[in-house]
Amino acid sequence: MSVLVYIESAEGKFKKSGFEAVSYAKAVANQLNTNLVALSIGNVADDDLKALGNYGANKVLTVNQENLKSFVNQAYAAIISEVVKKENCEIVVLSNSFSCKGLAPRIAVKLQAGLVDGAISLPNLADGKFVVKNNVFSSKAIAFVEITSPIKILALMPNAFKLVETSEQALVETFDYQTNESDFTALIKEIVKASDKISLPDAEIVVSAGRGLKGPENWGMIEELAALLGAAVACSKPVSDAHWRPHEEHVGQTGITVSPNLYIAIGISGAIQHIAGVSSSKIIVVINKDADAPFFKVADYGIVGDAFEVVPKLIAAVKAFKS
Amino acid sequence: MKILVCISNVPDTTTKITFTDDNSHLNNAGVQFILNPYDEIALARAIELTEAENGTVTVIHVGDASTDPTLRKALAIGATDAVRINAQPSDAYFVASQIAAFAKDKGFDMILTGRESIDYNGAKVAAMLGELLDIPSVSITKKITIEGSTGILEREIEGGKEVLVIPFPFVAGTAEGVADWKIPNMRGIMGARTKPLVVVEAVEVNNLTKIIQFETPAPRTSVQLVDAGEVDKLIDLLHNTAKVI
Repeated sequence: MSVLVYIESAEGKFKKSGFEAVSYAKAVANQLNTNLVALSIGNVADDDLKALGNYGANKVLTVNQENLKSFVNQAYAAIISEVVKKENCEIVVLSNSFSCKGLAPRIAVKLQAGLVDGAISLPNLADGKFVVKNNVFSSKAIAFVEITSPIKILALMPNAFKLVETSEQALVETFDYQTNESDFTALIKEIVKASDKISLPDAEIVVSAGRGLKGPENWGMIEELAALLGAAVACSKPVSDAHWRPHEEHVGQTGITVSPNLYIAIGISGAIQHIAGVSSSKIIVVINKDADAPFFKVADYGIVGDAFEVVPKLIAAVKAFKS
Repeated sequence: MKILVCISNVPDTTTKITFTDDNSHLNNAGVQFILNPYDEIALARAIELTEAENGTVTVIHVGDASTDPTLRKALAIGATDAVRINAQPSDAYFVASQIAAFAKDKGFDMILTGRESIDYNGAKVAAMLGELLDIPSVSITKKITIEGSTGILEREIEGGKEVLVIPFPFVAGTAEGVADWKIPNMRGIMGARTKPLVVVEAVEVNNLTKIIQFETPAPRTSVQLVDAGEVDKLIDLLHNTAKVI
């Protein structure tokens, strides 16, 4: 029995959340005293496949076929399930990304395997059980979820587990797989990249702004601060509703849920729906001119002040810090 | 066109969440339950799509009789009829299996769910339904349009979107952007009382997961305020104390 980790790639490159999944899967394999098999689907270069050993993979399987270059959840679920059977795996780890949310449940059904989505802890194996924690009720609570099936699937929350470098020598092998035409009924018409900006769900730092900015023309300083910090840009719901910023940047209950190491909220009062989408951030900084803004109640650090005065000072301070 | 919309009954966003029985169950006392907001978007889009072609929208829910007001709300918003599978929704696989067992021979062109429920936030039922029914599924859908018997769906991906063309039938989990929320009018509310609400007994399904305990996250220590004139101090705290930059 082994642990299997699936590492997502886009345009031939692995994603950071995928490396986190490998490190996490290695820790699970160590707990169970077993080896780690990594699986890549798509056209990833050999050197990159071999480099998965640096995060603990003992063996790397690759499926590289023309019709699998882009993510197709039905076909990918079929491949992963097949690898689980051939390699005699008991645990499957993947990241809880947008694509994997459409993938992991399909694997769960194929393998009759219990799935914990957004796992935030290693399994607790006490008393012969297998229990993993995840966030529920929009991060107002944490659930201890026992998986009762023989095969178990863990979808790791982004930024919940640190990359751990090791020095395994990974053996790379091609996994032969005959795809099934019926798994390709959903056709990809086009993939539209919003920009080269840092993707919000994966970001380690997020700079977010709200109505306190007064209008879309004032976002320049937010983008400048984000660029300096290597952060993604986000906004509150009223801002995207007013079309000051695109919906893709809206974080909160009905938008994107983020879990960065640092969330900086500028001119956002902190409605409960917004906080629901950001409360699993490790550190929250709030900048607001209203000292009574509810956001300060869930913040680690705060500055009471006008965004138009504080943000330029913050930009200067970050520049000084970076040099 | 026949659309099935899966809905769940969840604690209102503003509700304080507490637990009972040694922190193993949600404490329902004083909790206001609502129709899951993402499911409302799915329902709104289903109504828009069927209005144009005289289709039907069936809503389905797994729960006990205490959840009927949520189904009536869905009927008031504009669903044609409602089905309640009489069982406790014990995990996502159980729920998806119940819905699949009901839907498999009914000829729905499209099955919609919310992208996730705001209680367990799992985002699992849409893809599980797709697999159980052996049809395509899109888990986080930002846009749905129809051309004949084909759906054109936009899916959220990290840093962009993907446009998919999928023949009927398929499953989609809907996110914000698919439709605007619909508020039931008086005619809808009156009409909802007489629309059919059918109760179906559950099929036997074994759970794959079980929540054994809940805990509430440790509250953040109270905020440390930095003077607006001393932003350098914030950078220092973030670098040396919090170690996040």
